[in-house]
Amino acid sequence: MAREYKPRIVTANDLFEGDAVYFTASHGWSRDHGDAVVAFSQDAADKLLSAANMQQDQVVGPYLAETVMGDDNRPQPLHFREAFRTRGPSNYFHGKQAGA
Amino acid sequence: MYTYNEFDDAFVRNRVAEFRDQVERRIDGSLTEDEFKPLRLKNGVYLQLHAYMLRVAIPYGTINSRQMRQLALIAERFDKGYGHFTTRQNIQFNWPRLKDIPDILDLLADVGMHAIQTSGNCIRNVTADHFAGAAADEIEDPRPTAELLRQWSTDHPEFQYLPRKFKIAITGAPNDRAVTKAHDIGLRMLRNEAGEPGYEVIVGGGLGRTPMVGKVVRDFLPKADLLPYLEAILQVYNLSGRRDNKYKARIKILVHETGLDEIREKIEAAFVRQKRDFAGVPADLVAQIDEAFAPPLFDNTRSLAYEQALGADPLLRSFAETNVAEHKNPAYGIVSVSLKPVGGTPGDATADQMRVLADLAERYGHDELRISHEQNVILPHVRKADIPAVHAALREAGLATANIGLVSDIIACPGMDYCALATARSIPVAQAISNRFDELKLERDIGPLKIKISGCINACGHHHVGHIGILGLDKAGRENYQITLGGDGTETTTIGERTGPGFDAEDLVPAIEAIVLAYLEQRVDASETFLEAYRRLGAEPFKQAIYDKEKDEARAA
Repeated sequence: MAREYKPRIVTANDLFEGDAVYFTASHGWSRDHGDAVVAFSQDAADKLLSAANMQQDQVVGPYLAETVMGDDNRPQPLHFREAFRTRGPSNYFHGKQAGA
Repeated sequence: MYTYNEFDDAFVRNRVAEFRDQVERRIDGSLTEDEFKPLRLKNGVYLQLHAYMLRVAIPYGTINSRQMRQLALIAERFDKGYGHFTTRQNIQFNWPRLKDIPDILDLLADVGMHAIQTSGNCIRNVTADHFAGAAADEIEDPRPTAELLRQWSTDHPEFQYLPRKFKIAITGAPNDRAVTKAHDIGLRMLRNEAGEPGYEVIVGGGLGRTPMVGKVVRDFLPKADLLPYLEAILQVYNLSGRRDNKYKARIKILVHETGLDEIREKIEAAFVRQKRDFAGVPADLVAQIDEAFAPPLFDNTRSLAYEQALGADPLLRSFAETNVAEHKNPAYGIVSVSLKPVGGTPGDATADQMRVLADLAERYGHDELRISHEQNVILPHVRKADIPAVHAALREAGLATANIGLVSDIIACPGMDYCALATARSIPVAQAISNRFDELKLERDIGPLKIKISGCINACGHHHVGHIGILGLDKAGRENYQITLGGDGTETTTIGERTGPGFDAEDLVPAIEAIVLAYLEQRVDASETFLEAYRRLGAEPFKQAIYDKEKDEARAA
């Protein structure tokens, strides 16, 4: 039996600011991980990534990241690296956690 | 110190103008990221986890007050009010916007600085002993050689596409403070039996994935032969270094796989050709560089003010014990300013602190500052009589932490708080260790102990040569930390040995504490340092301290 597919989102860095951004259902980019459109199959994920790759005049290095669905049915980061990207560094209150 | 001549200035400004154009073309969509990335990396621009990062070269760690003030201005205007000094004597700005970077580079060019060759497969910033020109044990100031190498390696047409990055370090003192044996090329200045100056040439050292101690390829290289000899090494590496596998592309792998004798033969053969075609470094250039590093005019007035102040002020006395090193002029001291306050981020300085350091250098320090690979700032030439005033000013700026060489003087790479390559965080580990040992109040009792932390296998935090090294990894989606013991980055360079299985973040600080307590229990007396005790006892007592049976069973369960 095929292994269950772990849902994925597409994330990248913003070309101008360099911060983490997330690919949305309208094929735009949001700074909020919860706004990301979620792919529930390999095929859907491949299609999302191709669409994101067309926007390299906006972002740098789009890639697929595993996600888990939260109680509010919005995607949350699975890996600690992705969690850090939604917040910013731990030594200063800088980056997304500071609303910047 | 060396100041740019017209050629240097024009070269750097042309490069900024060129990069400004490249940035504009990336932003307007004319350049793809694939096209732009190698261009930005050539100018020190990385894209990290949360933002772009600009790495600025501080050649051989030497800057003056004007340059330090400019770094403060950049930190304030284009960053979040601070800068991060690195283990390669550079400074990194963590938050610039892409469109602002050419303006930053212009500000740097205004004070004779740049970010060229701080990335990519080229010869990187040449590093040197941070006590250069000041240390009592120095044979010769290594900075004129380092500056010559900077000029020679900058935009060297033959060495822009090496198999991998290439790092050179140089020391002019027998006590190696520049970790020369962990560089692609390490140079140790010495004199032969006839008293002529030259270099011991070490190749193939490095940390990272495959740590290796450098090997002596030439016992004595006359000073005049340096450039053709280094070109010979680089040629052999450029032609024979592996390009099929990034992880095996450093010269250390070539030296290891080829064998020292064969590599030496190849280098010597290339050297004969290079030397034949080499007309020598122009005498006027040598004179110009030597003059730039002439010692300052020391004030030899004897004064008892320092000794008297030491007697009267216990805080100053404690500061002097750890942070003041012996200067070659007995009326002077070398003052190390720790960027490791309790619970702080190793290597970070605010714009205000940078300005205080610049002011102190200007007023008391012959206008010289150094950045050490241990992420501290040095005032290399301070009259002893002025040290009490310098200490008072440092206290006011939160810069008087008296811990150089002690357990809280921790090296840490940026780790996964900033770095895109990191596999775990380093900074919070350093903060937690620093806070814990502050609570224990044992720092002075423990004595000299170097803890070095890297957040990935690339080892920017030099963990392999830490007396206690910590390597952060991703173990099945959790941050996990391996410990190595017995590393040494001096003239007796040793790669530390892994203790065994790693520790999760919450278990790591107790493990470090247990190791240090085991040392305190088992040392002969207070004069036996941690490293000496480790060498005498071996790893076993320390392993026992951190892996007792019950814990192992709990771990396995």
